[in-house]
Amino acid sequence: MEKRFQITDQMTNNQSTELLFEMSHTGRRCHRLPECDVPEIFNLPEKEAADNPPPLPEVGEIDLIRHFVNLSKRNMSIDTNFYPLGSCTMKYNPKRHERLGALPGMANVHPLQLDASCQGMLQILWEMQNILGEIAGLDAVSLQPAAGAQGELTALLVAAAYFRAKNEQRTKVLIPDSAHGTNPASAAIAGFDTIDIKSNDKGLVDLADLKAKLDERVAVFMITNPNTLGLFDTQIADITRLLHDKGALVYLDGANMNAIVGVTRPGDFGADMMHYNVHKTFTGPHGAGGPGSGPIAVRSFLAPFLPAPLVAKDGDRFCLDYDRPKSIGRVRSFFGNVGILLRGYFYIRTLGPDGLRAMTQNAVLNANYLLARIKSGYEVPHGQRCMHEFVASARALKREKRISAMDIAKRLLDFGYHAPTVYFPLVVPEAIMIEPTETESKETLDAFADTLLRIREEDAEFLHQSPHALSISRPDEIKAAKEPILRWKP
Amino acid sequence: MSYILNTADDQKAMLQAVGARSLDDLFYNIPEELRLNRPLKVPEALAEMELQLLVAELAQKNQVDDKAVCFLGGGSYDHFIPTVVDAVASRSEYYTAYTPYQAEASQGSLQAFFEYQTLICQLTGLDVANASLYEGGSAVAESVLMAHSIHQNRTKVLIAESVHPEYRQVLQTYSANLPLQVQTLPTPDGFLDPDDLKKHLDENTLCVIVQHPNFFGCLEEVEAVGKLTKASGALYVVSFDPISLGLLKRPGQYGADIAVAEGQCLGNPMVYGGPYLGIMACREEYVRKMPGRLVGQTVDRNGKRCWVLTLQTREQHIRRAKATSNICTNQGLFALRAAVYLAALGPQGLRETAELCIRKARYAVEELCIPGAKPRFARNFFKEFTLRVSKNVPQLLEQLRNSGYHAGLHLGRWYPSLSNCITIAVTEKRTRAEIDEFAAAWRNAFK
Repeated sequence: MEKRFQITDQMTNNQSTELLFEMSHTGRRCHRLPECDVPEIFNLPEKEAADNPPPLPEVGEIDLIRHFVNLSKRNMSIDTNFYPLGSCTMKYNPKRHERLGALPGMANVHPLQLDASCQGMLQILWEMQNILGEIAGLDAVSLQPAAGAQGELTALLVAAAYFRAKNEQRTKVLIPDSAHGTNPASAAIAGFDTIDIKSNDKGLVDLADLKAKLDERVAVFMITNPNTLGLFDTQIADITRLLHDKGALVYLDGANMNAIVGVTRPGDFGADMMHYNVHKTFTGPHGAGGPGSGPIAVRSFLAPFLPAPLVAKDGDRFCLDYDRPKSIGRVRSFFGNVGILLRGYFYIRTLGPDGLRAMTQNAVLNANYLLARIKSGYEVPHGQRCMHEFVASARALKREKRISAMDIAKRLLDFGYHAPTVYFPLVVPEAIMIEPTETESKETLDAFADTLLRIREEDAEFLHQSPHALSISRPDEIKAAKEPILRWKP
Repeated sequence: MSYILNTADDQKAMLQAVGARSLDDLFYNIPEELRLNRPLKVPEALAEMELQLLVAELAQKNQVDDKAVCFLGGGSYDHFIPTVVDAVASRSEYYTAYTPYQAEASQGSLQAFFEYQTLICQLTGLDVANASLYEGGSAVAESVLMAHSIHQNRTKVLIAESVHPEYRQVLQTYSANLPLQVQTLPTPDGFLDPDDLKKHLDENTLCVIVQHPNFFGCLEEVEAVGKLTKASGALYVVSFDPISLGLLKRPGQYGADIAVAEGQCLGNPMVYGGPYLGIMACREEYVRKMPGRLVGQTVDRNGKRCWVLTLQTREQHIRRAKATSNICTNQGLFALRAAVYLAALGPQGLRETAELCIRKARYAVEELCIPGAKPRFARNFFKEFTLRVSKNVPQLLEQLRNSGYHAGLHLGRWYPSLSNCITIAVTEKRTRAEIDEFAAAWRNAFK
């Protein structure tokens, strides 16, 4: 057994899974510093100084590089594999963005430089505010939030401040049961009680349930549209009317903007505020978990409450506007996740208006094509058509052949595909959520569909043991949680 | 259409397979009256060469490097970034992956994050670290949310005025609608006086927050503050400067329960404020209240050591409204960069970096103290210090900028009583020649 897996490791080019700390060798080092060129010698008082520097590992440069390069080969990524992770919009991240973002005139700007010394940066950010406002169909934009979840929180704090200014006691936020978990988590931090709204048999908002739970205590309805099932809620105009009639606000979770950019605008279908995920829709590399960037756009009556600063234009000069007395304050230090905003700006400037619309059309085309290719083998509970993603279900497979969504996900890895999102959204049993994005070709989609259809015919026991071709298989997650080992110890 | 591969023929075949008549027909579910029937008002498409010219021209308008030597700090610093950091982080196997939900396909990121967590534990002297938060300010706010879930019946948060003003503002914003009272303790002498703290501590105190070194650059009385805080039963939260730990005692050594930091200084570019790295570490007993991703070691079905995301029942995708935090996407790539940075420096490199910072900062103080410019606080400092000047500060900063220096922060922006003060940062990257020339321009400005 042991020998077989050594061979597997070599086959997949994984030389070492040694930890940095196990490679440490006293006296080795990678980075050297220059001799001190100033005469001052200063010893900190004993009570301030540590006896020894932190016990970090000691490794040489080639060891360090080999270690991290070999580790990188144990990842799937967009650049190496088709990565149809639903809800995450894993589209190609253009290489030009990395070069332009690393220009010293961008990367080396200090966040507290005087405005006059960073006019180029401020111009880009000012344009980005305007562009995101236009795409949203909303009036004002804050680029500050660091990620989508922080954008949600920021917008809910804006809503709370708005109702406080109007002297209205609104304590509730309504959230469809198909929503991302960040929605209720953000609402809780913003001080609201969260109430689930059921989905109907079409996977859309259950209007009767919404009406039953809607009253004058509701501050915000958070809707993801298209929703996490990949369906555009055709009732959206009715929904926003219902909310507005009760004086409540409609929030759009913009996680799925890749399905609608240039085709319809949240402001036009009644949303009062929304967040973007610039890293998804506009290609910030996802960085193995982050960074993201989660700007929010709002209607003009909410603009006074946005976090400060915003970028303003005064004649031909750009400046940061901190003079916002009704502002909620700020949700992070400094301006925002500028590196990701820059990449979003580069992308939008590369695509232009026609390119942005083509992006959306092809994202939706690719998802629909993939849906059409696999529906002979997989149940797709909510519809024959979708927007930019769809949710298949392994419920029947599980019942008939004991093949679960997880089995399919793990087996896909053997074929060099990153798995789709599984077991989300919660409203679909054995969910397999697939988002191909517009940057994939028909050939890639065909090959992936063929693989999915082939897997469902495989032996269940074989699938339970998959993946078979990767360096590890089915980690013991229960052990990891029951006896947590969260750091290396000597 | 640079990144779209579907040709007209492909589209035709695909539409046919779908059963749609046209691309527009794909959007049949969007009511006609809600559709945008015009092109978006955004600039026309640019080819790569055009885009590069545009961006290069805009970059020229930003005064950096040889156009202005940086003595700015306040949470973002011009430290040196070793080439190995960029070499590793530019591996697109890392930067074009996402959250490691599928462990088998993500062992690279998972092991790197486990190593990051360990390095942060070694750095801070604490037991566990998470796999990153957004940045230093929201990390302070998250530490208070975490403290509140540990001590649910305590509601008073004491924070020193010497903590970064933007971090304090973030805390105010995050806690605006929660049952918490945030009380700011004045620091007139440039640090939180333990005797003053004692007067405010009581059974309702949830936590005490200090920053060490603080926003003025001064060292705090971290041990005395820790003892008093412990005695009151409150949690001790410290915001630290990672580079300073090459020399200073570690948060775990002076009793911190939760330590947070801005990790930009660990190999990350300044890029006008982000993306940066929120660091958080804590004592083991609080791990189940921690926000954010955690990577744990386990074995696979063949008994082989491997890594997974763990203790996920804390998180929003499982616990929803009851989660310890709303964070989902974090700053993974910057945690990787910090891990490479710390491993590249090692213990000696980190100590030497810290020594260079402190020695050069002390040299700069000597050179910049002239008639009309004196230290504002009689405290030890690390790489930043605050001077009181006889000149109008905005005018002085503008004049020095025109001479090619980002000279420092105008403290009056955040502290009206310190409107005649400038805080100046000196990293290991500043050469003696740069400091000497800056001092000459500074003296000239005071003539």
